Amino acid sequence: MNRYLRYSVPLIVFGIIAAFLYKGLSMNPREIPSPLIGKSIPEFSLPSVESAQTMINDQNLKGKIYLLNVWATWCVSCRAEHDTLVHLARSGKVEIVGLNWKDERVKAQAWLQQLGDPYTVNIFDKKGRTAIDLGVYGAPETFLVDGDGIIHYKHAGPLTLGVFNETLLPMINDLKAKGS
Amino acid sequence: MRLFLFSFIYLLGLTTLQAATLAEYSFEDPAQDEDFREIIEEMRCLVCQNESLAGSNAELAIDLRNEIYDMMKGGQSKGEIIDFMVARYGDFVLYSPPVKPSTYPIWFGPLIVFLIGGVVLFRIIRRKNQSRETELSEAEQQRLDKLLNQSNEQRDTNQ
Repeated sequence: MNRYLRYSVPLIVFGIIAAFLYKGLSMNPREIPSPLIGKSIPEFSLPSVESAQTMINDQNLKGKIYLLNVWATWCVSCRAEHDTLVHLARSGKVEIVGLNWKDERVKAQAWLQQLGDPYTVNIFDKKGRTAIDLGVYGAPETFLVDGDGIIHYKHAGPLTLGVFNETLLPMINDLKAKGS
Repeated sequence: MRLFLFSFIYLLGLTTLQAATLAEYSFEDPAQDEDFREIIEEMRCLVCQNESLAGSNAELAIDLRNEIYDMMKGGQSKGEIIDFMVARYGDFVLYSPPVKPSTYPIWFGPLIVFLIGGVVLFRIIRRKNQSRETELSEAEQQRLDKLLNQSNEQRDTNQ
């Protein structure tokens, strides 16, 4: 074997290991690809945060593009993203539907009163059963859902204007162009 | 030795602790009991990613354990429950990833590296064996004889 080739073998092996480590260590283990992309939101029938008597189901939400935001008052990052949600709701760029996850109704209502309510509809999932069907593993999580109830994107962690403008807004515009 | 004993007792304590938190899940059929324990050992808790559903006390892990328990009580098989979990949380929820094209590197990569190592090792050993010749050539034999004679003569003169 060529002498130079032979001495370069360790270097090549090092290069391969370094490439894998670089890629592997820069990935965020919190970003788990959702198997629900391209699928329908799960069937559910739950009360609203506002009133235990008002029932909401998955059919009620059809016919519009919206962000489905999983939140809770015990979730610190939800507090961090709340102002962004209020800002987005006011801008009128997209509707936001809330899924209040394993929370207490009184606390949730107080939170919305105090910090503003960005949600057009707010679902109260006390037991977290619908959240399991949505594959939620930590709040906040935000899904982009089209008029047929199909999930197009999932963002785990607090939603920022950057994420919204760079990723979600183009997808929303695409969906609107398709007339969904 | 004492350290070893301490750590042994500590580990013993851990297992009983875990058993205690899982005591609430009981089945009449011992096979079902075994299945249940197997499932929650094989599933990752998505909140605390290095713990299994069996070992985690995160809220979500408790909810998922209850869900799996209810499903088993409802007569669903292990396969159905695993499908249920994968449909919601993806393959990531499984500690051992399924064998499919995108996971071939992790399943077969180590074997391939092992085989490459074996081939390299084999070649090195064979080359070493070739270079270590046991037979002397004609010229070498003559030189050896000459050296031996020389040293013998030297010894004789010294005596």
